[in-house]
Amino acid sequence: MRARTRRLYTFGIAAILILAAAALAFFALRENANLFYTPEILAEKGLPQEGREVKVGGWVEPGSLSYADGGATMRFTVIDNSPNTITVSFTGVAPDLFREGQGVVATGRFTPEGEFTARQLLAKHDENYQPRELKPLEAGG
Amino acid sequence: MIELGHFAAFLALGFSFAQAVFGLKGERRLAGLAAVAGFGVMALSFLILIFAFMRSDFSVALVANNSHTLKPMIYKIAGAWGNHEGSMALWCLVTIGFGAIAAATMRTGRETFEARALGVQGMLAVGSLAYLLFASSPFLRLDPAPFQGAGLNPLLQDPALALHPPMLYLGYVGYSFVFALAAAGLMEGGIDRVWAKEARIWSLAAFAPLTLGIALGSYWAYYELGWGGWWFWDPVENASLMPWLIGAALLHSVIVTEKRESFAAWTALLAVLSFLFSILGAFLVRSGVLTSVHAFAVDPERGTLLLLGLLAYGGFALGLFAMRAPSLTGGKPWQLFSREGALMANNVVLIVATLTVLLGTLFPLIAEAFGRTISVGEPYFNLTFVPILVLILILLPVVQAWAWGKADLKTWTRWAMGGAALTAVFLLLGVGVMSIPLGAAFGVAVGVWLVFGGVWEMKRRAITLSRVFRMPARVWAMTLSHVGLGLFVVGAVIETSGRYEATLALAEGGTGTVAGWEITLKEVRAIEGPNWYADKAVLTAHKGGSSAELLPMKRFYPAAMMPTTETAIHKTGTGDLYVALGEQREVDGQARWVFRVYYNPMVDLLYFGVVLIGLGGLLAMWPEKRAIKPAASEA
Repeated sequence: MRARTRRLYTFGIAAILILAAAALAFFALRENANLFYTPEILAEKGLPQEGREVKVGGWVEPGSLSYADGGATMRFTVIDNSPNTITVSFTGVAPDLFREGQGVVATGRFTPEGEFTARQLLAKHDENYQPRELKPLEAGG
Repeated sequence: MIELGHFAAFLALGFSFAQAVFGLKGERRLAGLAAVAGFGVMALSFLILIFAFMRSDFSVALVANNSHTLKPMIYKIAGAWGNHEGSMALWCLVTIGFGAIAAATMRTGRETFEARALGVQGMLAVGSLAYLLFASSPFLRLDPAPFQGAGLNPLLQDPALALHPPMLYLGYVGYSFVFALAAAGLMEGGIDRVWAKEARIWSLAAFAPLTLGIALGSYWAYYELGWGGWWFWDPVENASLMPWLIGAALLHSVIVTEKRESFAAWTALLAVLSFLFSILGAFLVRSGVLTSVHAFAVDPERGTLLLLGLLAYGGFALGLFAMRAPSLTGGKPWQLFSREGALMANNVVLIVATLTVLLGTLFPLIAEAFGRTISVGEPYFNLTFVPILVLILILLPVVQAWAWGKADLKTWTRWAMGGAALTAVFLLLGVGVMSIPLGAAFGVAVGVWLVFGGVWEMKRRAITLSRVFRMPARVWAMTLSHVGLGLFVVGAVIETSGRYEATLALAEGGTGTVAGWEITLKEVRAIEGPNWYADKAVLTAHKGGSSAELLPMKRFYPAAMMPTTETAIHKTGTGDLYVALGEQREVDGQARWVFRVYYNPMVDLLYFGVVLIGLGGLLAMWPEKRAIKPAASEA
């Protein structure tokens, strides 16, 4: 096989693979990139497409934490600087730094009723870390 | 004392500069001497830093910020590199160390080439030392010295994580010398057999520790974070996976250059990219541009400097490449269906896979620039990275038997039929009899196919069993790595598809059932360690005739004001029963403790596979005996 033909084949195969990967990536990003919701954004944009995984971030409203399922599931309200709230339920162990009044980012899905069922919960990582998505809560907010 | 370390680091900067100047001028001996001297003073400097940590000398700002007198000695030592400044000092030490070892061991018979490689390595050392001394110095004093330190992040006080950074850095920084070799080879116009022999050894010297370093980090995340998983597609993890993938591509492509003198330009490009991706990793981890569960030392200014370094190194090497690559042609002729073609396919797939990881990692940044906050998680990578990689895994056992130049395709059909039969058996057994999901059964089939293919290739090359042990180390290394890859795939597929998780909220004396295990909480005790106190749960688990005691803990480190999760793992032989203790909850007037319980099947197999890949990398560095018959050195 001449080097030219071979190069043609190689580039052809590489191009096909790259195109396939790009198509996959495009599809995967469209379907799977997690949009970020705060109570304010939710009020503005409405519920995402049903069954779509998204992230919800905000502050855990003090006094809103309660338990269900014999203690396995926790429920709390997420607030931000807007008057809106999101109710989040999560079955599992709370992250080490989960506290009422602290920042939290939850990954999961909205129920058709607008309640958020979290699959994963992340709290402030350490004293110096704030989830980048969260703007500081204004005093009295 | 620490001033001596500071001074020694400046001396190292001087020696590295001398190494760069002499090296680029072509003075092999002087450049080598400067490299060895630089290594000596840098090692002294690093030892002094470690010593300050061991003595808990809180007049050193870095020690005060990251250590504590009550910490066990091993974590005082590991604390030296468990932070940004200290880890940069380690980075410098490894950069200079690789140059010094190369200076002492390189025997290519090409004076100028070796000198230039040392020179480029000297340049890289000057870059990282300047960054260390002027932008993140670990040698600064604190006045007045505090009586007590702030403590090391408790998450990092763990044996696996004490070893993880040095291993990872041997990998990342190891690619700096591969980069230097590529640059020197491009300058000299000599990317050939001799060059490839040298480059192959050094890329293995980086690949093996990188593999083990990633495995250590992953294992740490598995048992320390309490999330039950072993890979989270976190940006920091991706930052280490990308150089690994490029490194794997390089390992395969450099063989072609070594044996056939083909792919010269491509191999040089990969050698350059392997290090650029390592720096990109450092940039992503340290600049704080990406949200990560374990981003550390977040500082935009440091990020900018790293980005500038990346651009400078990249511009230099890629510019050199663009100038010289067109002249790098030649090599023995080959057909598309040949070992060259197979390794080319391997490379294309690995590079495309790297690009999907890169896109997934950077996409949140790109979107942010357009004012949208999004994140990319596991589903994206499962849809892009995994299928692309599966392609090469299926091909591997078939194409590794192909000969150089032109493959004899007669065996092709036999292999294809073997593979199809194996897959059919697994699909029938898995989906039909055991009602496992289709994807999982297929995944296990792919893994078994790889193991089988790896062993078969050894048999094919050895011909008879008695000759297996006389096969060259490289053939053993290849077999080990490919079998390891197969075992990893089997373990990863079974773990991912068979993982079982549940949450239990138990009062003392309460019982719950998870994956057939009956789990009883006997009591929760308060205990105390050297620099922490903890709640420790005592659980008993029963299933059939077997029973186990599980003792998960929730520790609190007062120095850092931070809790950590210490999971309890019971090895059942086929998997891990894994329990993490959560917080106490007040339910119906009763105090209950929450537990996250996982059953992770075959998780050890997965790590065993990765360790085999790493060991294969080490074994492949074994010096080759002179082949008795030239024809026998086909590997």
